Amino acid sequence: MAHLVSTTINGDAVEYACQPDESLLSVLRDRIGLTGAKEGCGTGDCGSCSVIIDGRLVCSCLVLGVEMDGKKLETIEGMADGAKLHPLQRHFIEGAALQCGVCTPGFLMAADALLRKNPDPTEEEIRFGLAGNLCRCTGYDKIVRAVQSAAKEMRSA
Amino acid sequence: MPLDTSLVQKKFKVIGQRVTRPDGIDKVTGRAKYGADAFAPGQLVGLVLRSPHAHAKIRKIDISKAEKLPGVKAIVTAADLPDLTNGDRGMRDILENCMARKKVYYDGHAVAAVAAVDAHTAREALKLIVVDYQILPHVTDVDEALKPNAPLLHDDIFTDGIEPKPTKASNWNKLSQYGHGNLDKGFEEADVIIEKSYKTEQTHQGYIEPHSCLANVGPDGTAELWVCTQGHFVYRNQCATLLGMDANKLRVTASEIGGGFGGKTHIWAEPVALALSRKANRPVKLTMSREEVFRCTGPTSSTSIDVKIGAKKDGTITAAHAELRYHGGAFPASWAEFGAMTAWACYDFKNVRSVAKDVVLNRPKSAAYRAPSAPMAAFAVESTMDMVATAIGMDPVDLRIKNAAKEGTQSSYGPIYGPIGIGPTLEAAKKHPHMKAPLGANMGRGMACAFWFNFGGQTCVDVNVTPDGNVTVAVGTIDVGGSRAALAMAVAEELGVKYDNVRVIVADTSSLGHNDMTDGSRGTFSSSMAAVDATRKAVTILKERAAKTWEIPVEDVQWEDGEAKPVGAKYGNLKALTLKDLAAGAGNTGGPIAGHSEIVADGAGVSFGTHICDVEVDMETGRSLVKRYTVIQDAGKAMHPDYVEGQYQGGAAQGIGWALNEEYIYGANGRLQNA
Repeated sequence: MAHLVSTTINGDAVEYACQPDESLLSVLRDRIGLTGAKEGCGTGDCGSCSVIIDGRLVCSCLVLGVEMDGKKLETIEGMADGAKLHPLQRHFIEGAALQCGVCTPGFLMAADALLRKNPDPTEEEIRFGLAGNLCRCTGYDKIVRAVQSAAKEMRSA
Repeated sequence: MPLDTSLVQKKFKVIGQRVTRPDGIDKVTGRAKYGADAFAPGQLVGLVLRSPHAHAKIRKIDISKAEKLPGVKAIVTAADLPDLTNGDRGMRDILENCMARKKVYYDGHAVAAVAAVDAHTAREALKLIVVDYQILPHVTDVDEALKPNAPLLHDDIFTDGIEPKPTKASNWNKLSQYGHGNLDKGFEEADVIIEKSYKTEQTHQGYIEPHSCLANVGPDGTAELWVCTQGHFVYRNQCATLLGMDANKLRVTASEIGGGFGGKTHIWAEPVALALSRKANRPVKLTMSREEVFRCTGPTSSTSIDVKIGAKKDGTITAAHAELRYHGGAFPASWAEFGAMTAWACYDFKNVRSVAKDVVLNRPKSAAYRAPSAPMAAFAVESTMDMVATAIGMDPVDLRIKNAAKEGTQSSYGPIYGPIGIGPTLEAAKKHPHMKAPLGANMGRGMACAFWFNFGGQTCVDVNVTPDGNVTVAVGTIDVGGSRAALAMAVAEELGVKYDNVRVIVADTSSLGHNDMTDGSRGTFSSSMAAVDATRKAVTILKERAAKTWEIPVEDVQWEDGEAKPVGAKYGNLKALTLKDLAAGAGNTGGPIAGHSEIVADGAGVSFGTHICDVEVDMETGRSLVKRYTVIQDAGKAMHPDYVEGQYQGGAAQGIGWALNEEYIYGANGRLQNA
């Protein structure tokens, strides 16, 4: 039987009904139409479905939709401020830190979560902070550089 | 279309810049739509039942219970996909790979598929389908598959390339041989002969996006297919053939592609989704799980390779021989042949031979993966080259420089090389600071060379000038790594306008002529050739329109910096007409302005690379860490340097994964153990 869930997604109050065995990722993609989070593996290995729940970075494929009652959820769709891109988004584009782009929303969420906790991470800390996200196109170098340059800009802002 | 050499050494204004990609904002905001991101009203969920056996006869499939489950709208088996391939062995193999017929050939082979109102119902329905298998002996190792008493997959494979053709069926589908000179004489002249055998395991391209498609067949037989693919025109043609449709009634739209690397070049789920949709009369979305991607799409081949090299003490290679055994999975392919063609391509040897044995066995049908077949051959050949260098006490880079192919070399696979880049990449490696950097404890340094052909193929591009003087470009090669940006740059350069004034889209199969896939490193090469050709045709029209406007002969009009200009002092008072002016006046001068190009792109240059790598090994645990990696590669002209760097870095990371971390592990029962 479906459960009714009241939650907040990217600042908006949202209500949805979902089955008890449905992942948050399925709810976001198939019920709410937010397809920015991707299912790359369904087992929490690739990080493509990363979202932030109450300030904590999680794989939405490992969270149940019914767990979201009363929580505050952030997804890639809420990252830009209207037409104004977040510095991470801008530096990913300018630094060619994406190719196919399917892992990009997850990387951006993970990088955002990292910079909130640690605005001045070392390269190693960035690599550690993004270790839960797999990218098969870029070899990671340009991603790390984009996070470094975005962090620098955000610190001087 | 032959190669246009007028651009060689040309100073470019747009080409070579690091512009931002047109798909960038969509990809950082989550707006970009990939295979699984499309929805149609009333869509059903498609799921596939797959064989748990490596090799078995299908005695019977009973779908009666599953059909009765409420919410199940269609079930298809091979019976719903009759063989319409009309004697085309390649298409029949594709059909059989998409849906098993009398036998299953590998763990994961599709045997039936369900379309239901939701995923839960579809999963329950799969459990209710009863397949009666008669398990057969299987073989998953390439050397075992070649043995005379090996379990036989197909009773109609008689090795091609052997004269006279064998009369006994086997798993060895093809013999191919390349080379020249006298090997026996060459080995006699050698001071040192090194012989070594290698085995490499199968790996997967590992694109982050699993295969997904949305099929929608209407009651009138027309259909739409939304799919992540490297080649939607080829998918259109093949799906239409297998389903008995006219190609013009199947419109395929390529989604954004979440990685391909050669692996999204084959159809698997698409004909099944179309068959389900046709039967259910509803849209059907079929998305693979990660496990399905590993078990039943197309990883690369596992291989077994023997290499023998003879050398003189001064480093002259007197003879080189390789036998390469690759598998195509359960269906005939030519991957060993590609390995044989690439194996010695970096070198200028007098006596050289490579022998390829292509084999079938009980694994999923192999697909291309980044210069398919070349990495395994390079691994075996380059490892042996290093042993030769050690044996004669020569620096491994010097040994390769001494023997490197150059302009005029007869390549080991036949053609005589034009200007090529292997020598320069080796010289650059020799001079690179990486080669001189000190190594720490438990560290080693290796270097190796590699080769790929590149390819042109059928290509079709439309360039359309919009009424406000901007440009849209419709291409038929899907964008895997930034080709929309590169193609916009090519058109902007040729037309003399800004990059921002050109927008490139990947058109669907009903909007453009046939295009071959984005594979063989052809996407940007062939589509930029066609885009430049189409732009030149548009410029011809623009000049005609300017001539008409000015009422002067068209021969007196030239196109320069995005403007039509009259040539000659007599036209001194005529003001140049910009693209915007001519676009605005198009309605009065002959109608819309466009250029179209349909070509077979020819003249792709071969490419070479030399990589250097430092690895640290923990002597107790064997843990290996890559400490430094340098890629030196001949890119030709880097249209967008960022994206070329991205290809190098990504390719190197995948190579490191293949060498150190990734492999398919099949159990004694023929099942994949680590999907």
